[in-house]
Amino acid sequence: MFDTGQVIETIEMIEREHLDIRTVTMGISLLPCIREGAKETAAAVYERVLRLAEGLVPTTEALSREYGIPIVNKRVSVTPVSLITAAFPKESPLVGEALDRAAGELGIDFLGGYSALVHKGTAEYEEKFLSTIPAVLASTKRLCASVNVGSTRSGINMDAVKELGGIVKETAERTKEQGGIGCCKLVVFCNAVEDNPFMAGAFHGVGESDTAINVGVSGPGVVHHALKALGEADLTEAAEVIKRTAFKITRAGQLIAKEAARRLNARFGIVDLSLAPTPARGDSVAHILEELGLSSVGCHGTTAALALLNDAVKKGGVMASSRVGGLSGAFIPVSEDIGMIEAAEKGEISLGKLEAMTAVCSVGLDMIAIPGDTPASTISAMIADEAAIGMINGKTTAVRVIPVPGKGVGDAVDFGGLLGHAPILPVHGGSAEKFISRGGLIPAPIHSFKN
Amino acid sequence: MHAVVTVTGTDRRGIIAKVSAFLFEHGVNIEDISQTILGGQFAMIMMVDVEEETDFSRLAEELSMEGERIGMSIRLQHAALFDAMHTV
Repeated sequence: MFDTGQVIETIEMIEREHLDIRTVTMGISLLPCIREGAKETAAAVYERVLRLAEGLVPTTEALSREYGIPIVNKRVSVTPVSLITAAFPKESPLVGEALDRAAGELGIDFLGGYSALVHKGTAEYEEKFLSTIPAVLASTKRLCASVNVGSTRSGINMDAVKELGGIVKETAERTKEQGGIGCCKLVVFCNAVEDNPFMAGAFHGVGESDTAINVGVSGPGVVHHALKALGEADLTEAAEVIKRTAFKITRAGQLIAKEAARRLNARFGIVDLSLAPTPARGDSVAHILEELGLSSVGCHGTTAALALLNDAVKKGGVMASSRVGGLSGAFIPVSEDIGMIEAAEKGEISLGKLEAMTAVCSVGLDMIAIPGDTPASTISAMIADEAAIGMINGKTTAVRVIPVPGKGVGDAVDFGGLLGHAPILPVHGGSAEKFISRGGLIPAPIHSFKN
Repeated sequence: MHAVVTVTGTDRRGIIAKVSAFLFEHGVNIEDISQTILGGQFAMIMMVDVEEETDFSRLAEELSMEGERIGMSIRLQHAALFDAMHTV
């Protein structure tokens, strides 16, 4: 009839190992909201988001109660706003403000999609849109912005990369009272995906239907616990255990995603096969890597351990869900993972190692606090490096760094809640100023001769 | 609809009686019961059948409150979660 052991295993995962559904994100197309002027468009956007996502919070809360599994975040992603405001780009903040207000009304913490896709070139309206990002992120609370600057098929738009170094700096400056928190809501992508449920980089792609329910699962604690129980096994066995665990975690996500879509009268989009940490103890991706046998995340061997983990999570998850997508993989945000925070505090992890790690996992240099006086060109260069890794390897990469105003190496910053806290990591002192100021496009790579 | 009730806490007399009586009053049919030890504590797992017209979230909440009254932790969950996680 039912297996007592399995019931207990599930309850233990939820109660002691932080198994949860990390996010139920409703993607909403804003294309039908385009009007002649900014005011009318903003009003239409506000009305549509409120109408379509009205049931999001109550429905997910009911699901959480009925299935007995926590659903941590409820969020909304929308069509990149730069497309909606192309006829009046300077007035894009009106739509941003409407979205922020709608998010508040819905009772959700973040809404993503104040975004632009400029991977092959920046249109005039996009240039104007990009320049509104710092002020909008400073004046809104829940709105998240993202910009796609490169792709494997189109190359890297280095003019946009150059621009974004300055935008990141200005965003930090405009939110300096809170440690540059605006930068926590700004992601720069290469190969951005259209169905990502995770913030701050979520947006609803133009290839998507009207609405979609995308779910991000989590459970670093569950994987950690399963590996601990395995003891001295070899890495083949460790990968098998991770696969099996990822399967179970993802099945819970698939169940919730389908049921949420049904109740909300939206399409079931995808399940994101993710291992997303939080700053809570027992919910760390870094600790999984250490359980595999590293003295501290960041030491030699970290990239290999992460590659094993990331691949096993995907293999287990793919089997468990009928539709997978998003960013799928292990996340390594520094300030949001207690194991990463500790490694950073002990000086065990460097930006160089983090960059290497991003070559084998999802997603990129994420939630990393750097000195406030880091030049804009250095931030652009970090973006260019990450975009290059993504472009060449055909994967999504991203940069979300926070140049914390007035702080330097040796200081720390606390953003509160899920955004966590972190020491300031040193950046390389050399200059890429001349390289970045050249601008232009790094051509798309050849897809043969893979070496 | 199939659901699973899990009761955990320190073992004492009358738990099965109290929980069963509560479920009976709320029109819930118990199909199977088993007991075990979970993390050093008493754990009782019941497979139950809840009438379709029942407000499931409310029943789960009331059961949880009943648990607080008798000093136990009681969860009511859709059986679908366990099926999904443990079967291919």
